[in-house]
Parts: sequence; C-alpha cells; structure tokens
Amino acid sequence: MSTISNTEEGLRYLDEFRDPALARQLLETLHDQCDRLSQQRQKPLQIMEVCGGHTHSIFRYGLHDLLPDSIELVHGPGCPVCVLPKGVIDDCLRIATAPDTILASFGDALRVPGAKKSLLQARAEGADVRVVYSPLDALNLARQHPDKTVVFFALGFETTLPATALALQQARASSVDNFLVYSNHITILATIRAILQSPDMRLDGFLGPGHACMIIGTEVFRFVPERFGIPFVVAGFEPLDILQSITMIVNQHLNRAPALENQYTRVVRDHGNAVALQAITEVFEVRESFEWRGLGAIDQSGLRLRAAYRAFDAEHCFDLGQQKIPDPSHCQCGEVLKGVLKPSQCKLYSNQCTPEQPQGALMVSSEGACAAYYNYGVPRDQCA
Amino acid sequence: MCLGIPAQVKTISNEAAKLGIVEIAGVRREINLACVCKDAQSPTELVGCWVLVHVGFAMALIDEAEAELTLTLLNELGELQAETQGARL
Ligand code: SF4
Repeated sequence: MSTISNTEEGLRYLDEFRDPALARQLLETLHDQCDRLSQQRQKPLQIMEVCGGHTHSIFRYGLHDLLPDSIELVHGPGCPVCVLPKGVIDDCLRIATAPDTILASFGDALRVPGAKKSLLQARAEGADVRVVYSPLDALNLARQHPDKTVVFFALGFETTLPATALALQQARASSVDNFLVYSNHITILATIRAILQSPDMRLDGFLGPGHACMIIGTEVFRFVPERFGIPFVVAGFEPLDILQSITMIVNQHLNRAPALENQYTRVVRDHGNAVALQAITEVFEVRESFEWRGLGAIDQSGLRLRAAYRAFDAEHCFDLGQQKIPDPSHCQCGEVLKGVLKPSQCKLYSNQCTPEQPQGALMVSSEGACAAYYNYGVPRDQCA
Repeated sequence: MCLGIPAQVKTISNEAAKLGIVEIAGVRREINLACVCKDAQSPTELVGCWVLVHVGFAMALIDEAEAELTLTLLNELGELQAETQGARL
C-alpha cells in the first residue's frame, strides 16, 4: 500500500509534509545540530526506525543519503510480513489446498516464500487463494460463498489488529459460520522491549511507530526514556515528519534529556484509540511466546483469539503444526533484521534475491528493508 | 500494510453499520468508521472530516489544528534556519 495520490484528495495532508524547500532547511538545521553534538560525542547516533513504513519513506525520499554522517539509521523489525516464519506460510499452504477452502490475505503476505513456494505460486497451481484489501473483504467472501470455508490469514502489528478484531466481532454478531481467522498478529510493544533487553543493544534513539501508536497511544512507551534513558519520538511518515523527529532526538541528546515526545500529533493521541483497543481486548489474548523469523521466539509478542472466538479460530479447525523451517543458510535475513548487516551486505542481495524472485521476506514487502534498498537503487556492498 | 492513507469522508452509506464513502486516489471506497465514531456521535458528523484509512477502516481522525501547528513549527524551524543559518539554534 502506498500513499501516492494525484488527486485533490489526500494532497492536503501529504504535499504539505513533503515540501522540498522546507526539507532542505530542516536538513541544514539537523547538520548544525549534529556539528554541535559532535563536540560532545564521537560516535554516530544510532537511531532505529521501528516501523517498515518509515524505512520505506526514508528510501523513497532519499533521506538516507541526505542525513549527516553522525546519524546512522538502523532498520527495525517493524515489517510484519518480513518477520513471518516460513512454517506459517506452509501452514497457510496446507489451509489453501484443503477441499472447499478459500484462503484470503493481503497481497504482500501471499508473496512470501515458504519452504517450497509462496501462496501465490500455490494459486497458480490451482489452490483458491484470494488477495483482499481488508479483513472485511474476507468476511464478505464468506458471505458470498456459504458452501466454502473462508480463512483469513491475519497478520500485522497493532495497526491492522483492530481491523481483524472488528471483522471477527461482525462475524460473530451476524453468525457467519464459514469464516475463520489464522492469527499471526504480533505486538510492537513486546518487540521493542525485547530489543531494549538484548545484550548487544546500542541504540541512541527510536523513531516510534506512528500508526501503531495511533492505536495504543504514546504513554505505553514512557518506560523507554525513563527506564532505559533512550529518546523515543513517535513519528509520522512523510519526509518532513521524519526529519523533524530526528531533529527532536538530536535535541534531546544535546540537552542530555531523553524523553517521550510525539511529533505526529495530528494523528496520535496519548492514550490511542479507545474503540480499537476495546475491540482488540475483547477478541485477542497474548500468547506466551511467538516465533519470529530471524529473531527467534519473543515472549508475549503474539496474539491469538480468545476462547469466546474459538469457533472462528483456524488453529482449532486445522492441524497447524507451528512447524519450524529454518531459512536456508545462505540467506542473511536474520542478521539484517537484527541490524548487524545492512541489506546491501547480504551475499544474495540484488543477485539471487530480488523483489521478483525473493529469497527472504525482507525482499517481498515494500516496507521490508531489502526491498527498500533494492527499489531505490542501493548497490551491493562489494566489500562485505 | 502499516502505511495509512489520508482521505476525506464524502458521505455516509450506512449509518447503523457506521460505513462511509471516502475517495482515495480518485477511487471511491466504502470504509468502516466505527473506530472514529464516539459512542453517542452520529457518523454523519464525520462528513467532510479527514481520516487515516488502514485496511478498510478509518483508524484516526486527522486533527487539522494539530496538523497546522506542526506545519507552523516546521516553517518556523525552516525560517529560523534561513535567517540565521543556524546560529541561534
Ligand atoms: S537480500 Fe534477500 S536473502 Fe538477503 S537478507 Fe535480504 S531478503 Fe534475506
């Protein structure tokens, strides 16, 4: 999904935050600030953009090339497609090939390679796999095909979670009995906690995930500056939003005052969206642990349907093994996800792994770090 | 998936179900407005408002006053930069 809009609609809140002249001025401010900061510290500031949407914008607008050398962006694990374990795709393949079953999900999810193939490849071989824009479209498919079971392969962070919850509430209220959900939803909050607690953590700031915070609010991240002393600025997705947010983080370093700040006030409120949160709580509960591709198991990072929604839970209707299928050893997705390697340093980047023929999920979604590097022409890093 | 699309609510298509029509990049689409309707409020009050759309749902009302405030702040930062070349920042 992109935010491209050429009509009057949408322009108002997009173009104003893309003004190139203003961006240049902000960059100058940022360069000045960084010059001052370099009198206090030698090491570059490592700032993690948690969300894949930010990674996408940073590359789309070329911000990575324009930032001062003393700012190093670390691409976070915040692309829900990229952290899907291969085993999940194979579970979905099993669902899609079951008799009288339709598997529906977002386009990106259907292109992720499983152990042998992606769901779209399975479709070419005859499985009934449908691309939907919204979980509501999947629910409507179930209404239109009462003789089939429609399984919605649900994934995403807090941003897409309320949509799945509300679709399930509707399904239950209108007693649709041929609609199932395979929940692979994950929470960004648990992930950020895990990143902060990992022993090799060396971050100096977070660009907070604006759209996850739109749902869960900003207050839940107060522990980041207060317990870990690391700036956390909730950021919007337009180039000026990102530049302003980086400026705010640098300022916090200059003043030696790490804080929780919200740059994206036009969308994000302190306590999030009450209706969405209530729907999430009613439908979902936290799993003890959830396996992430490249990162391993993260405690309390996954969500499953509550017992009240068992009749809609694909995990109870299909034998889904949560089988573990390791990535081929030549893929370096794990290192890239952890920020140890840049995408352009992966051995497969741009030769064997491209968006047309992805080897890893990071090359699939436009929000994945490898796809962002590739689509915006970052060459292979020869010295790696 | 996490990128939202700003859109203006054009009409309400189903008040009870809280559905409305928005236009995104020239295409009209029905979206669910439940998350931006406060309980008592009628969805018709949302006509003309800007919302952020994610996977078929309006997930936030875009606060126009806050948007202006951010832009003012950005412009001030920019102007200050242009005038003083950063000397005062
Ligand atoms: S280039 Fe391909 S294989 Fe390498 S890390 Fe990226 S997605 Fe994985």
